[in-house]
Amino acid sequence: MALETETTADAALAAGAPTAEPSRLVRWWRTAMRSLAPVILALIAGGLLMLALGRNPVSFYVNVWQYGVASGGWQNSAVLMAPLLLIALGLIIVFRAGIWNLGYDGQYLMGAALVAGLGPSILPSWPAPLAYVVLFLVAGGTGALWTLLPAVLKAWYDINEIITTLMMSFIGIGVANILVKGPFQDPTVNIPQTRTIPFDKMLPDLGSTRVHIGVIIALGAVIVVHYALTRTSFGLRLQVLGANPRTARHVGINLRRVIVTSFLWSGFLVGIAAAVDILGLWAYVRANWNPAYGDAVIPFVFLARLNALVVVPFIAFYAVLSTGGDLAAQQVNLPTDFLLVLVALILLFMTVIEYLGRRRDMGQSYLSPGLKEALRHPLVRRRSAQ
Amino acid sequence: MNGLLTQSFLTALIAGSIVAAVPLMFTALGESVSERAGVLNIGLEGMMLLGAFLGFLGAYELHSMWLGFLAGIAGGLIGAVVMAVLSVGMGLDQIVVGIAITLAGEGITSVLLQAKFKGTSPGLGNPATVAIPGLSRIPVLGHSVFDQPLLVYLGVGLIGLMAWVFRSTTWGLNLRAAGEKPEALDAAGVSVLAVRTYAVLTTGALAGLGGAYLAIVGAGTFTPFMTQGQGFIAIVIAMLARGKPLWVGVSSFVFGICLSIATALQLTNINISTDVINLLPFVAIMVALVLFARGNYLPPALCQPYVRGGK
Repeated sequence: MALETETTADAALAAGAPTAEPSRLVRWWRTAMRSLAPVILALIAGGLLMLALGRNPVSFYVNVWQYGVASGGWQNSAVLMAPLLLIALGLIIVFRAGIWNLGYDGQYLMGAALVAGLGPSILPSWPAPLAYVVLFLVAGGTGALWTLLPAVLKAWYDINEIITTLMMSFIGIGVANILVKGPFQDPTVNIPQTRTIPFDKMLPDLGSTRVHIGVIIALGAVIVVHYALTRTSFGLRLQVLGANPRTARHVGINLRRVIVTSFLWSGFLVGIAAAVDILGLWAYVRANWNPAYGDAVIPFVFLARLNALVVVPFIAFYAVLSTGGDLAAQQVNLPTDFLLVLVALILLFMTVIEYLGRRRDMGQSYLSPGLKEALRHPLVRRRSAQ
Repeated sequence: MNGLLTQSFLTALIAGSIVAAVPLMFTALGESVSERAGVLNIGLEGMMLLGAFLGFLGAYELHSMWLGFLAGIAGGLIGAVVMAVLSVGMGLDQIVVGIAITLAGEGITSVLLQAKFKGTSPGLGNPATVAIPGLSRIPVLGHSVFDQPLLVYLGVGLIGLMAWVFRSTTWGLNLRAAGEKPEALDAAGVSVLAVRTYAVLTTGALAGLGGAYLAIVGAGTFTPFMTQGQGFIAIVIAMLARGKPLWVGVSSFVFGICLSIATALQLTNINISTDVINLLPFVAIMVALVLFARGNYLPPALCQPYVRGGK
């Protein structure tokens, strides 16, 4: 994609045509339109689908607003933002390096199971700050550990990380289940679930709201990650690797180290997301529970063009849609999986608009060339890249 | 351990493995077609689910297993058309479109199930089977292997047919060229986009058929998310088998054993949690990837949209 844009620009230069660089405002407006249009189109298409099913889309979307924002609903949406943001950050880090980490569900659930399993014993007996730090590190460490095998296989043997992270994800979901039904199960309850973290040991709320401090942690992480990605050599190395692995090797970047580090940070952030979510909201984990946050986060990460700051409003939007949509869907007697359809529609419209935009040569693309480079020789050991 | 070798256990294991392997086999055969042609189909899971739902619906409403299979093929084709238009025609990113198709398939089938059956799907009857005279009387193996729905025999036939198409027809050569060196195919006067479109549609039809088999014969009903990652397993099978139909069949059967061993073990006195056994296929894949990854091969043009005259 990028190449195509360059050649047209070069051709224009060669022909001596004046290169009409659009003003900053115009470019900003075009990028915003390209990011927002898919969301709007998806909401419209989702509405049409609801009409086809004999539901009233207007009242559905009004209800989404009612439950997701108005009358205190914004607090639930804000709470939901905490894990979503942290997972989004984890995805941005690897996507920038041109690596697909699609194993977020397994990483999240492994972290969640361990926090919910260890929390009820650690939290009452240890000093609170120490217990929180230990639990955060355990969850983050587990998430990171769960990416290690795919990372090593990718870095040393160039095995397609899409497949390995997905497989590790299924394994993680299963192992988390085994933990919840086995060593961590609460013997006093019939349903297989972990013991519940005492209410007064949960992450503290902000003022008189139900919004817990984890949201602040997530927003703080946004700033740290944004700084690391845009102002440090680590961020630059990720960017170069994502843009072109061959260039990255030529300028002397240790590819293996960058691949493994970005994978570990990605898994770490997903694990932290689980810790924040369990300690702030859920307090326990039930067997076969899987919120599948990552699937929903992916389109918004791309729409934000892998920018950690820009992803915040997108995640806020989805948090409202999800919080309100869960209840609104139940009211019109639709399963909450309807939201998956909306997310899929956003993805599809995003790619189509990207296509139209590319044809009109508007701005940059959302996918770094490296993401596709990673797929060219997935399972083959690529000597030239090492 | 002598509980393992009883006749009932072996019969149940082999029969269960075949039931579990057939959807994988159809789907993985489909995936090997589009992988050969240079399209990685991450949307396979969604296509299977669409096929499973429509297949179930067809079999339930029209009271015919065969019409159900046809409906399942149509369901898979719906997903494949989206993939073909966006990823082949427009050259959009195959992974993003694939993820979208998987999510859409998961969501829409669950929504439609709720809309149509209020969440509880009715069961279908047992499928009709065809026993091969003579062979089906062999002890242990006979009844479990040679007394199958007709589609299973057709599936085995499909393996041979596809091996022949891949090896000895212009069609197979075009497919391979579209994945290896699309420019050469284009220069030879064959439309790369057409070859890839047909490949993606074939994949969708086979994934839909696999999904329909899963719903109609395997489960006898439809439940949301019933494929449980089998679409992804099929992608790995196609990769590990290097696109060779016979190996696709063999590895599908191996993974079928992994998927069905939990049910068969219930007949024995061995007590292993089903959660542990359900992990087996995925652990097996990781092990297989670690051990055999170097021997695998994927077409160089995989995942690269073809633009005539483009870089």
